[in-house]
Amino acid sequence: MNELLAVYPDSPPVDLARTLDLAGYRWKSVSTATEALRHEPTSGWAGAVVACDVDAEAAWAFCSALRRRDNPVQPLMVLITGGQLADLELRHDLFDDFCITPCHPVEIETRLRHLFARGGGDVRPEVVQYSSLVLNLETYQATIAGTPLDLTYMEYELLKFLAQNPGKVFTRETLLSRVWGYEYYGGARTVDVHIRRLRAKLGEEHANFIETVRSVGYRFGQSRWSA
Amino acid sequence: MLDQQRDYVLRTVEERGVRLVRLWFTDVLGNLKSFAISPAELENALGDGMTFDGSAIDGFSRVQEADVLAMPDANTFEVLPWGDSKAVEARVFCDIHNLDGTPFEGDPRQVLRRNLGAAREQGFTFYVAPDIEFFYFAPPEKGQAPVPLDEGGFFDLTTTDVAGTLRKETIRTLETMGIPVEYSFHEDAPSQHEIDLRHTDALTMADSVMTFRLVVKEVAAKQGVHATFMPKPLEGVQGSGMHMHFSLFKGDENAFYSDDDAYNLSPVAKQFMAGLLHHAAELTAITNQTVNSYKRLVPGFEAPVHISWARNNRSGLIRVPVAKRGNPSATRIEYRSPDPACNPYLAMSVILAAGLRGIAEGYELPTEADANLFEMDDASLTKLGIDTLPQSLSDSLKMMERSTLVQEALGEHIFEWFLRNKRSEWRAYKTHVSQFEFDRYLRTL
Repeated sequence: MNELLAVYPDSPPVDLARTLDLAGYRWKSVSTATEALRHEPTSGWAGAVVACDVDAEAAWAFCSALRRRDNPVQPLMVLITGGQLADLELRHDLFDDFCITPCHPVEIETRLRHLFARGGGDVRPEVVQYSSLVLNLETYQATIAGTPLDLTYMEYELLKFLAQNPGKVFTRETLLSRVWGYEYYGGARTVDVHIRRLRAKLGEEHANFIETVRSVGYRFGQSRWSA
Repeated sequence: MLDQQRDYVLRTVEERGVRLVRLWFTDVLGNLKSFAISPAELENALGDGMTFDGSAIDGFSRVQEADVLAMPDANTFEVLPWGDSKAVEARVFCDIHNLDGTPFEGDPRQVLRRNLGAAREQGFTFYVAPDIEFFYFAPPEKGQAPVPLDEGGFFDLTTTDVAGTLRKETIRTLETMGIPVEYSFHEDAPSQHEIDLRHTDALTMADSVMTFRLVVKEVAAKQGVHATFMPKPLEGVQGSGMHMHFSLFKGDENAFYSDDDAYNLSPVAKQFMAGLLHHAAELTAITNQTVNSYKRLVPGFEAPVHISWARNNRSGLIRVPVAKRGNPSATRIEYRSPDPACNPYLAMSVILAAGLRGIAEGYELPTEADANLFEMDDASLTKLGIDTLPQSLSDSLKMMERSTLVQEALGEHIFEWFLRNKRSEWRAYKTHVSQFEFDRYLRTL
């Protein structure tokens, strides 16, 4: 393939660089999302490989920047250590596949090949559904029992995140960092304010979709697997 | 983030079949202004803003150039819950800029942004929750006193039904627009109602107050009822206030809270209160901006008259409500003089500036005045060092004119314009000969 892969961080692990070279991928390493934007080929990045094992937070922020834009970069593969497996949870939208380091070069190569083979196949609109609530991720529209909910952008993002993870309890801090991003200034109180607004819009009947878990945070609905 | 927000708005317009997007902004006197654009123009507007001639807008006009730029704040985009379901309309609040992109000095929303920026530099987020009072009347006739709904005769329904239905419908509409309501009730005066909004950051709250006033009026008008935020529409009964609850947060911590104080007030809270009390007279023209406002600020109607504070004394200017279960994040102060006819952006701006000044200069909080001040004579009040709020628009303009604090908080442009406009309002009032004078003097003199 001739297209260019974005690789993070700027001086990627030697093993990774060698594997990509030997497998015949063209790639360019970048140190920030801004740099990724600057060096992006006109046809867009063909995909990205992100090593999370050095500075995990920065790496996830990088993934987030690449995925949350008009034309999200995909496929995106992350390299993590065994100890970081828990980080994958709640970030399913940020990557397409992962490898646990250290790993055999053949594994990276095989996974990448599969990702590219799969790419572009699936164009179904993504829908998140919980009880009578439906979110169409493609059109950004939310409905409850068929009636459209008029949400502001942040309310929509918050509801989407919660509805994608029913039954899970989130702290305000988690919600703030995952929905608003790390750089948001307002503090966890912002979360309370938005939750209250979402409940108001969901209406009396459905306000209890979002439950306050005392001195912890919030939970949306029931897990599909809970008793 | 910005790209996505824009995308979200454009997509929503398409999916919901929005036909008209109303760009909202506020003039210096606090009137909601709006112009509508078609969805086709929206993408452009979100990116580059919309140029319009501001010369017709109160406080916007300048001699040299009249054109300004309205930049929609995409995060305030909301589909309007009223109107024709086949021709859906949406609104978005705008910040007004000069054509060179700098914030326009005549835009109250930009003024509040600037003051909030000053608070942020010190690590503070400013939270506000207003309790808004208003009256329902029969549609007003020119030259006639307002007719309260409760006094019957106007509706077939029993009076409680009408007002109750209106209030319920108002709250439902507010909640669909993302403005959560804390409490609502029928107030003491006939046809008077109060709706308390749940706290949020000051900019969002100022926007919410603008939306609130429109929603209350729209919902009432649909039933042929006139809702008014006039501060004192009926003589002899309570007027309408807009008590505002304030707190400053530092990150997730309420900077007003301390567990080391009898009232759970931190030094920051006390200095903020001291600043507010110290400058209260100077900023009253902004929080109480009409001739009529001062007919509310009189003894006997639960409105403040004296510049004082207390834990639980409704005659004071600042009250310190008891936080539920001693909840640190609920610790706050209540400023009781503003009325709902004020410009919320400017009122919050000057109040915040006064409070921050108190913190910066380490003002000392005067002792609590827990006696009923209305029952004390002037001599005792003077002994306690308790002053009164300005007694008229003219008095408060004089206080404001001398205030560098208010001048800095508002900026030269609005400061000058406001004084000019309000002085002329006072002049017009001063020359008016009223019914009071006929009744009192015509026969005897």
